[in-house]
Amino acid sequence: MRNSATCVKSSPNRPRLVAAALLLASVLPAAQAGTVLDGVKQRGQLRCGVSTGVVGFSAPETGQRWKGLDVDICRAVAAAVLGDPDKVSYTPLNAQQRFAALQSGQIDLLSRNTSWTLTRDASLGFHFVAVTYYDGQGFLVPRKLKVTSARQLKGAQVCVQAGTTTEKNLADFSRRHQLGIKPVVFDTFEAAFKAYFSGRCQAYTTDASGLASVRNKEAPRPDEHIVLPELISKEALGPMVRRGDDDWLAIVRWTVFALIEAEELGLTQAGIEARRQDPDPAIARFTGQGEDMGKLLGLDRAWAVRAVKAGGHYGEIFERNVGQQSPLKLQRGLNRLWSQGGLMFAPPIR
Amino acid sequence: MLEFLWQPAGFDIGETGWWTYDSQQPLWQAFGVGLGNTLRVAVPAVAFALVLGASLGLAKLSPLPWWRRLAGAYIHSVRNVPLMVQLMLWYFALVDLLPDPTAAWSVLPGVWLSKGGLQIPWWDAASGQWSVPAQDTFNVQGGAALTPEFLALWLALTVYTSAFVAEIVRAGVLSVPRSLLEAAETLGATPAQVRWRVLWPQAWQASAPALVNQVLNLIKNSSLAVAIGYPDLVSVGNTALNQTGRVIECIAIMMLVYLLMSLTVSAVLNRRPAWARGAGP
Repeated sequence: MRNSATCVKSSPNRPRLVAAALLLASVLPAAQAGTVLDGVKQRGQLRCGVSTGVVGFSAPETGQRWKGLDVDICRAVAAAVLGDPDKVSYTPLNAQQRFAALQSGQIDLLSRNTSWTLTRDASLGFHFVAVTYYDGQGFLVPRKLKVTSARQLKGAQVCVQAGTTTEKNLADFSRRHQLGIKPVVFDTFEAAFKAYFSGRCQAYTTDASGLASVRNKEAPRPDEHIVLPELISKEALGPMVRRGDDDWLAIVRWTVFALIEAEELGLTQAGIEARRQDPDPAIARFTGQGEDMGKLLGLDRAWAVRAVKAGGHYGEIFERNVGQQSPLKLQRGLNRLWSQGGLMFAPPIR
Repeated sequence: MLEFLWQPAGFDIGETGWWTYDSQQPLWQAFGVGLGNTLRVAVPAVAFALVLGASLGLAKLSPLPWWRRLAGAYIHSVRNVPLMVQLMLWYFALVDLLPDPTAAWSVLPGVWLSKGGLQIPWWDAASGQWSVPAQDTFNVQGGAALTPEFLALWLALTVYTSAFVAEIVRAGVLSVPRSLLEAAETLGATPAQVRWRVLWPQAWQASAPALVNQVLNLIKNSSLAVAIGYPDLVSVGNTALNQTGRVIECIAIMMLVYLLMSLTVSAVLNRRPAWARGAGP
């Protein structure tokens, strides 16, 4: 500080200061110079923002491996772009850090159970890519309170994590039904549910998928807690990218769509290789045997095949991480394909 | 640029202190609630830390060896454990040990103790009568509550800062040359005069800047509240910046408020009180 002040005062040093400023100016935007795709290729690594640990969505496993539905999205993008699902560096972010990390260019892709809202889409400088999980906010309560409906939580203290849409939904719900709910707000996911399990709050609230994760993996005795039937909000969770690079947006968006399309076409992780020569035109386009779809995205012909081979199609990713093959045992529900009564719909890859 | 402060906040705050607040009020009032909560915990913590610290400092100078040893053990164990760890310890000890809010202890009639905190009767300005807490289905309702978050933060800040204050007070007293006190005695000053006109003013002068630093540290350390869910200025500011996306503005507001608080505190405390100028009894 003192040095720069003296530089300004003594004119002989001024050119040096200007040069330093120019150097700084040329270094700072370097992170953004060129497209995100170029940066990812140059680095040979996709930088992916994930949660600090929500089992089923993104949680560190033994060693360096991350696992979960959000993680598999990162892996599919890395496979499509770089040809290797393991070329991802994960940055764990809490609810408050996540947006700054994406805005500043610290990560290329935020895949961290984040809700799509107007404020976030329109004012933070991001694009929501696609919905990877349809969710709603619910409550976890101790069984011994004998509560059967969220509307009975009059005057209750509710543990909640800071910096989430959850806080606002809770305030809306409390106001709509005149419940006078008192939030106790913690800065991390862990602190909030730990306080709930120690008995500080009479209920814990977050998205229903998160409740299942917390109840099954974190509760000292899962049987003593129940998830209330009502959902008090609708949440569309999905990955986000920074604004200003529409090509990158298209790559991530169509990778997600490819995973959904693959389920519709019945192309599984194990079976896709065998069906590369399938005469069905939709499958031929998907596998790159027909028209070259990858070129339009700035990728090669086999991008979608690699994305599916990384972790399977959407249905496989769902079942393995949060569905029947996982400890969470969540129902597909709204996350079934549109053709099976759900909301998962991918525009045609054509 | 700051027009978002006049939009409805949209989120509730668990403890509102002296403010009446709900989620439909403008955001600047939410910041006000946060600032109020910061002051509500910092002011009593400063007062208790100074009194407890000064007593410990004098105990360390005591001619009785047991007093010296007790004070020394306290200072060393408290001063060398990070504040964050102590805060977590106090919080989870309180929350684990206290009874469930569904079966609160009635300490006195109308006073309840549970994981929901210490609840006492309080004047309810809205209805114009006393509000007496009573056991309800889930927890104790009514009155005013000193929550476990408040109690843990208050205890942690008091205990931690008092150890530093003790050392400063001790050093301040020891910094006054013995010969000066002996000279005053030789000139016929009574022991009270020696203490109030010679010892204290000079000890104060030596320790005041360091004490002011401790007060400022305590105020800023109160922002650790976010870790245990106490809705202080930083906790409310974090929620606000997340709901609005106005990160720079909200951080700037928090910085400005802490700066103003610190400048005010140092301006007030750096004025030497009358007795410190040697004009005491």
